[in-house]
Amino acid sequence: MKTTAFNQLHKNAGGKMVEFAGYEMPVEFSGIKDEHMTVRNGVGVFDVSHMGEFWVKGPHAADLVQYVTSNDISVLTPGQAQYSCFPNGHGGIVDDLLVYCFSPEKYLLVVNAANIEKDWNWVVSQNKFGAELENASDQISQLAIQGPKALPVLRKLTDVELTKIRYYTFVTGKFGGFDDVIISATGYTGSGGFELYFPNELADQIYQAIFEAGAEFDIKPIGLGARDTLRLEMGFCLYGNDIDDTTSPIEAGLGWITKFNGNNNFIDKALLHMQKNEGVSRKLRGFEMIDRGIPRHGYELADEAGNTIGVVTSGTQSPMLNKGIGMGYVAIAWSAIGTEVYVKVRNKLLKAKIVKIPFVSPQ
Amino acid sequence: MNLPENLKYTKEHEWVRVEGDVAVVGITDFAQGELGDIVFVEIETVGETLAMGETFGTVEAVKTVSDLFMPVGGEVLELNPALEDSPELINKDAYGDGWMIKVKMDDASQLNDLMDAAAYKAMLEA
Repeated sequence: MKTTAFNQLHKNAGGKMVEFAGYEMPVEFSGIKDEHMTVRNGVGVFDVSHMGEFWVKGPHAADLVQYVTSNDISVLTPGQAQYSCFPNGHGGIVDDLLVYCFSPEKYLLVVNAANIEKDWNWVVSQNKFGAELENASDQISQLAIQGPKALPVLRKLTDVELTKIRYYTFVTGKFGGFDDVIISATGYTGSGGFELYFPNELADQIYQAIFEAGAEFDIKPIGLGARDTLRLEMGFCLYGNDIDDTTSPIEAGLGWITKFNGNNNFIDKALLHMQKNEGVSRKLRGFEMIDRGIPRHGYELADEAGNTIGVVTSGTQSPMLNKGIGMGYVAIAWSAIGTEVYVKVRNKLLKAKIVKIPFVSPQ
Repeated sequence: MNLPENLKYTKEHEWVRVEGDVAVVGITDFAQGELGDIVFVEIETVGETLAMGETFGTVEAVKTVSDLFMPVGGEVLELNPALEDSPELINKDAYGDGWMIKVKMDDASQLNDLMDAAAYKAMLEA
């Protein structure tokens, strides 16, 4: 099993370690609910070093990134980041990712841990442009410092004006005494904060510096369990659950990152454009339980008579709402906000209703 | 590890406390620790007579669903009403306020098939 540079620090902090995407990672420390509320109300630190990072450089970098991603990178200026996905050539999704624009000839693609090899092979196979590609996944560590108190903690460790880093922008600067740390105002929690990228060699020192600076704010380490509940309360897609090689970005509600303007020529553009114009037969929707129960990945969605109308892709008990919430694909006829649907839980039909996402609105 | 001497234990991490011909049943401190934050307990078998090893309900943590098994056969007399609104009692006090059901035992000799604290501890450490 692979490990990140923080592995021993997680064990020292009492992390319950599990295998995730080939890495030994902490699933929880103080408890998922406690960690969840820590991020919503204070500040927490996630090790997300298992994620993959690909550099795309050179005079043809932009051509390749534009072609393999669904979003339009022509609107990016240096210092901006963008959420996107790799269409797979058959209307499905290879992965979702972040595109960081350093210059028109230098981009960083940040991909899911479970897909690093698949994504790398895919991007390499599509590189008819001659862009320079480098898989830096094993050299780069990443921490996400998330929550309303992330700003006062990190401010103590850098002269970079963090308040000027707007959402989905980033700065490369001095942090904790080290040059060239990427400080990105992004995250997967909905509670604000930053993601930091730096070489593995700095992992120990940056981690210690953050926890020392955060002590007065009761900073805590956060595991993958709360990462999942936090993202699900926001309705953020998780690859492998809510999106995969068989779901299209249009079905998944990712039309907003699938841009059909003239500047953007990308894989599956024509197919996805047709889907957008003609409509799709199912949609990814959020739902809240009305009856008591917790939806789980793979449970069936049904009508009142028990006929299957869809499938749950993600589900949990929401720590903020104290009720079951989930996402799933439902047939179009059942996809309107407010529609009552049923979740098959252990052969019972439990009532739920389609709601708007996000499920919660953190401060 | 908290393993009271006066209880009997199952391989599936239930505990039993005997009160006359009634067995009080819950899950062990080890089990609650492994599950993490418990958010829902579903027991709809009150009034039913179930055999040893049959499922009497489910317990859901944030990330997982687990079945609950009868440590001894008998009629499920009642469930702990506090668990409906406060399933976290199982995390806080697995052997006390977090008890789950009371069972009128069919055959108290089945208790002999369960483990004592030392045997359960040995199983966990194996």
